[in-house]
Amino acid sequence: MEMIESIKPLLAVLISVVVVVPLIIISRRPNTREAWTFVAAVGKFILVASMLPVILDGSEITCTVASVLPGLDIAFRVDAFGMLFALVSSSLWIVTSVYSIGYMRGLDEHSQARYFSFFALSLSATIGVAFSANLLTLYLFYEMLSFATYPLVTHHQDIEARRSGRKYLLYIVGSSIALVLPAMIITWQLTGTLTFSPAGILGGQASPAVVTMLLFFFLYGFAKAGLMPFHSWLPAAMVAPTPVSALLHAVAVVKVGVFCILRVLTGVFGIKLLADLNLGTVVAVLASITIITSSLIAMSQDGLKRRLAFSTISQLSYIILGAAILSPKSMTGGMVHIAMHAFGKITLFFCAGAIFVATGKKYISEMAGIGKQMPITMTAFFIGALSVIGLPPCGGIISKWNIAVGTLETHQAGFLVVLLVSSILNAAYFLPIVYKAFFCGPEETLFPDKIKEAPLWCVVPLVVTAVLSILMFIFPQPFLTLAKLSVGTLFINP
Amino acid sequence: MTQHLPAIIIVVPLLSALLVAVFGWIKKTICFVIALPAMGIVFLSSIVLFYKVITENQPIIYFLGGWSPPVGIAYNIDHLSSLVLVLISGVTLAHLIATRQTVIEEFTNKVSAFYTLYILFVTGLMGIVATGDAFNLYVLLEIASITGYAMIGMNSGRAYLACFNYIIIGTIGACLYLLGVGYIYLVTGSLNMLDIASILPGLVDSKVVPAAFIICMVGLMVKMGLFPLHGWLPNAYTYAPSSVSTLMAPLTTKVMIYVMVRVALYVFTPVLSFSVIKPGNGFTWIAVAAIIMGSLMALSQQNIKKMLSYIVIAEVGYMVGGLWLGNRMGITGAILHIVNDAVMTLCIFLAVVSFSSYKKRDKLSDFQGAFKEMPVTAAVFCVAAISIIGVPPTCGFFSKWYLISGGLAAGHYAFVAALLFSSLINMVLFFRIIEIAYFEPFSDHHGKKHHVKIAEASPGLLIPLIIVACMLIILGLYTDELVTHVISHAIPAEIV
Amino acid sequence: MNEIASFIIAKYNYWIYIVLMMIGLYAMIVKNNLVKKIIGMNIFQTAIILFYVSIGTKRGATIPIIYHGHGDGSHAVHATDYINPLPHVLMLTAIVVSVATLGVALAIALKVYRRYNTLEEDEIFTQIRRK
Repeated sequence: MEMIESIKPLLAVLISVVVVVPLIIISRRPNTREAWTFVAAVGKFILVASMLPVILDGSEITCTVASVLPGLDIAFRVDAFGMLFALVSSSLWIVTSVYSIGYMRGLDEHSQARYFSFFALSLSATIGVAFSANLLTLYLFYEMLSFATYPLVTHHQDIEARRSGRKYLLYIVGSSIALVLPAMIITWQLTGTLTFSPAGILGGQASPAVVTMLLFFFLYGFAKAGLMPFHSWLPAAMVAPTPVSALLHAVAVVKVGVFCILRVLTGVFGIKLLADLNLGTVVAVLASITIITSSLIAMSQDGLKRRLAFSTISQLSYIILGAAILSPKSMTGGMVHIAMHAFGKITLFFCAGAIFVATGKKYISEMAGIGKQMPITMTAFFIGALSVIGLPPCGGIISKWNIAVGTLETHQAGFLVVLLVSSILNAAYFLPIVYKAFFCGPEETLFPDKIKEAPLWCVVPLVVTAVLSILMFIFPQPFLTLAKLSVGTLFINP
Repeated sequence: MTQHLPAIIIVVPLLSALLVAVFGWIKKTICFVIALPAMGIVFLSSIVLFYKVITENQPIIYFLGGWSPPVGIAYNIDHLSSLVLVLISGVTLAHLIATRQTVIEEFTNKVSAFYTLYILFVTGLMGIVATGDAFNLYVLLEIASITGYAMIGMNSGRAYLACFNYIIIGTIGACLYLLGVGYIYLVTGSLNMLDIASILPGLVDSKVVPAAFIICMVGLMVKMGLFPLHGWLPNAYTYAPSSVSTLMAPLTTKVMIYVMVRVALYVFTPVLSFSVIKPGNGFTWIAVAAIIMGSLMALSQQNIKKMLSYIVIAEVGYMVGGLWLGNRMGITGAILHIVNDAVMTLCIFLAVVSFSSYKKRDKLSDFQGAFKEMPVTAAVFCVAAISIIGVPPTCGFFSKWYLISGGLAAGHYAFVAALLFSSLINMVLFFRIIEIAYFEPFSDHHGKKHHVKIAEASPGLLIPLIIVACMLIILGLYTDELVTHVISHAIPAEIV
Repeated sequence: MNEIASFIIAKYNYWIYIVLMMIGLYAMIVKNNLVKKIIGMNIFQTAIILFYVSIGTKRGATIPIIYHGHGDGSHAVHATDYINPLPHVLMLTAIVVSVATLGVALAIALKVYRRYNTLEEDEIFTQIRRK
């Protein structure tokens, strides 16, 4: 495999940090300010995308920034998996920026300069995680993301935001300090390195007991992945403005969590070690429990965003499950699910936000007949829901299909049952919303039969992501190719 | 000229203290004008010394007045002490510039007295670090302490009683150290640290040596405020004038820990400290108690300075614990944390001073609306808080990294757990303040934002503050250099 | 019994300094009056000074000053003939230090008195608590 030294990963990370400075300086002029955000988002996407051909060729891009501890650097390495994740988050940032403008102006929110600055910082951290070459760099950006999203989660600055922010930090930072940090140092002491390697670094270096302990530390330490019982920060974080929930709590933050877990499972433990110690099954069982439980909880939620949050929790565990089955197929499925779920779920969140902007409604029980007033939004919602459930013609089916095939290949049909049951549950908590929105009798409907959509800034992004969700079914490349490339390096010696 | 630098770092401030005392009577503003270049010279000389020691890779031994030991006093500038010298002079310089306005406000009529004491205090600390003579160290220790007492006593109100307790307890500590030195002198007949270090390993069987060791260490523990001997510290730092506590909190305890490192590694030598006397396990357990109790007591405080003082007590536990783990990782962590903690503490204390520039902010509840009014100070405060919590890439993370590594290598899991516990508590502590400052007073988020006027501190305070905050990150990123080129040479080779 | 007695008596200088030190420590910790605390502190310091001075002595030795020292050099000085002067010299410095500490302590005690009109610690505490 060819390694290419390039400063591009660093630039891709830094571009949104740099943009914060002019953002603050020109905070008084909203138009120029938002133009800057847009420039940064597009710039970031172009930088990320420009690395894509090289990665698709099977090469990797590396960049060492600083040597902070003897033998331990802050370094970037762009591989196929990182590329996949970076591509998803940077492309969705562009869409979210547009949506943010519509949402924040539509509601006349306060402190918009702060909002856009921290949003940019969060994206930097996300790309940083995606491109990390070692565990230390990963941890650095993971923590940076936690702190950068705090002002976004608590944007409203009221008592509820404060309570949620407290929970958010306690779960996310608390678990990373208490679990990941010691696990990382133990790993370093055992192996003398923290650089991810396709074969894992812990193999043969530690006793099974230590490996198991470390696995649990990492699994629960990266609480952003929302593995139960470390999930309850996510519903709490829904107090944030909807664009934040959309990009961060359906894509960036939560996916960073699963990305970290996948990276650690593959790059630190290694497939072989996990298979030898049967730890994959342990992780898969934990993920299954989360999938089913949170789907059940989601059904009982009336707040639309809360229902979406619990749905996210269960979908995140799909990705972990996909990796934990330890078959190439399901691993591919898990990785692709990062992308597929991202496009589907962000559509759903955008819709929730659009409904809130247009009507001020937050609860599902208040949304009967809303399809008459906002047909475009609700159609998009339907498409997003299909994708998350995993039905054609949307992208979600591709990832779920791959995971399912993986379970059969490795003769773990029990997890196939989990997948099917949870898909049914997904359908059970999404489709009634759509049904009620469109097909309810005139006596039930709560909305006038007159089309009144949210502002254009809000509607266009959600249409775009809905269309993308469908396109992903038809053209799952490049995500599928990237995932296969990445899995190909991991399963060289099965 | 450069061969006299070890003398210059002591003599220049000593003389300038005299000048300040004399000219301060004539004109108050001149005090700062004299103090600034003096501290500048000290800082530059320290850097040159540091550079020389690093490049030549051997200690500089300077005989004061040309008298060689055992008659005269030797100044011994090695990797360890030159690092701490740069630290002290750098912290002082930043602090001096930053608190110029505060000093004028706090000591309207006593500016010259304050600056005289201030410079003498720093001279004492520099001397403690530079000296290679165990008794001379005691004298300089008392110089630093007495000037410190006097500076604390310059505030009114509860400062008097706090200061009085500090005097009593501080004197006990210093006297115990002196007693310990007496015992060392009894068996070795020398006061020069290098001589003692060459003689003591031959006295492995002596019963006097452990006695001397324990007495010395207890004395130093009192001085550094190690739990449960910390009683004097919180009140003294809380009720001292803010321009004093901002200097003493970063420096005093850290210099005392430096002395402990110096005495353990270079007077008693690692053989005695870690193999023969073996107090390590016990001392680390004390450190564990210090970390946990310091954090818990910080949690119950409503006064910001008192809360920070208890954090200082917990941090003392970090360093003492790291040192007595007795392995290279732990000691590296302890020395690294001396540097990092001094800068962190300076940053957070100065940020608190900055918050109080227009409105007195003592209680946590006084911080309402502070972030809106002072966004820059708020940013600095957050950086310092994150560093104290221990999040990369700030320096606090890296010293914690080494300390935890040391704890794991030594198998002292309680220490590791205590460090993690303290990180979590620190997170709670700082986010409690950040919540108050950021959320309160609550307002309707959709309603017209009532415009808060931005009222930042004066640039004289703000610029050093920003520089110090940047240092937190720079120090973090240069940890590798610092460890490989300085700290690894500062630890005797026999420690693995 | 005899052994213990001789052990104590032979090292009487140490016992004296330890007793003095404990008296000082007791006063510093237990006494309620600030001036008594200061006196305790001074006793504590003096105990250590005495300890130092006592370790310099030698049986039958004299002060380290050479009479008629100039001239023929016939006065070869033997270390056994004079007591070790170094601890004494050190203690000159220590005395200065202790006086300085005493001065600061008294000044602070005076300030305390001016503010609270009392030197009794418990009374000061009640005043503080009342506020």
